[in-house]
Amino acid sequence: MQKLPYLKESPSQTAGPYVHIGCTPNFCGINGVYPEDLGARMVDEQTQGTRITLCGTVFDGMDAPLKDVMVEIWQADAAGLYPGNDPRGQADPHFTGWGRKAGDYATGEWVFETIKPGRVPFKDGRMMAPHITLWIVARGINTGLHTRIYFPDEDAANTEDPVLTRLEHKNRIPTLIAEKTGQGAYRFDVRLQGGRETIFFDI
Amino acid sequence: MTGGPFFQRDPARHPPAYSAGYKSSILRSPTRAALSLDNTLSEMTGPVFGHHQLGPLDGDLILNFAKPGEMPIGQRIIVHGRVQDENGRGVPGALLEVWQANAGGRYRHAKESYLAALDPNFGGCGRVLTGGDGSYAIRTIKPGAYPWPNGPNDWRPAHIHFSVFGSGFAQRLITQMYFEGDPMIALCPIVRTIPSQDAIDSLTALYDPQATIPMDARAYRFDIVLRGRRSTVFENRMEGN
Ligand SMILES: [Fe+3]
Repeated sequence: MQKLPYLKESPSQTAGPYVHIGCTPNFCGINGVYPEDLGARMVDEQTQGTRITLCGTVFDGMDAPLKDVMVEIWQADAAGLYPGNDPRGQADPHFTGWGRKAGDYATGEWVFETIKPGRVPFKDGRMMAPHITLWIVARGINTGLHTRIYFPDEDAANTEDPVLTRLEHKNRIPTLIAEKTGQGAYRFDVRLQGGRETIFFDI
Repeated sequence: MTGGPFFQRDPARHPPAYSAGYKSSILRSPTRAALSLDNTLSEMTGPVFGHHQLGPLDGDLILNFAKPGEMPIGQRIIVHGRVQDENGRGVPGALLEVWQANAGGRYRHAKESYLAALDPNFGGCGRVLTGGDGSYAIRTIKPGAYPWPNGPNDWRPAHIHFSVFGSGFAQRLITQMYFEGDPMIALCPIVRTIPSQDAIDSLTALYDPQATIPMDARAYRFDIVLRGRRSTVFENRMEGN
């Protein structure tokens, strides 16, 4: 019998409490090795689109904030194109699409200055609602967690979003929708456990 | 983007979210099943990094934090290998970010409390982009084992943390590299979150005498496998079109 030639993916391991040393060294006081932490800035003065501030905190099963968390976001530009390697075309050269932040040592809160993403097609061509992919790692998280951030002021788009509409437990959809806290300001808190446990995706 | 959606992750290969022996996972593990989502562009695309973002010493942890003319204490090693996907293809342009304790097992971090000494010449971070065939190399000091608050007497084996970006955000991976022959590997509660010995072995780098530089630095070989992509040839095409 022949053997299929595929390799197996390397197993994940926790990022641990010292992920900052490798991923945000300037944040944790290791200065002078890299000029700035990767992912610290997503926009510049010329970036197209509506500026937003997106903050949040990740909570454990006892509602304590994860003060050692690191999060990354990945999103389309204002026109709905992904920077870097989108097969549909060139995205806004003044937008990176990718951001990385460590939680504040005292509160666990993370904050991104970015823009509101445009809509991106689902695999069948229907348009998804504007959303941001969020990836979470920390001590105690064995494999990074993927979720999506949708917007509370996009009711029409959210109602027809191909991902949200196929979720079985509709009462969990609010865990994927950010809270509007002001003009252009959103909060997305993540709960790892409990009645309001955030939906995570096996992508 | 080079291809279609990613192969699904094999849960038998990765640690479950909840691992009783690793106490921090108990309150930090989702209890509901992750909802499966066939890849969209949001998962198949990912950030692209370039050499203009890296400095010449980024992959050399022996020199990138040391004072001029000085070096960190410890065993000089080279860690090298290849980043491939599950199809066996090299992944070019993959960004690897590494972090580790110094030779004494001490991290340079405000929350670190181990009594081993800091090394004034060792920062503990490095990064490198893979070449056209997926290959990479870093130079560093072999990290020490260190104790951690889990069980009353748990020690981590010597290890280097790796953060990896492939060509799509669904490939995002953080893992750890261990060293061949270390008796601490089999005892470690974090290693033991991994469900199979074969998977554990895939994180254990081998001593590589061929790549060792005589009178200078021993080499360890550490290959990394990221999720493969399905072919797009017959993907989502309407029959007759
Ligand atoms: Fe460690």
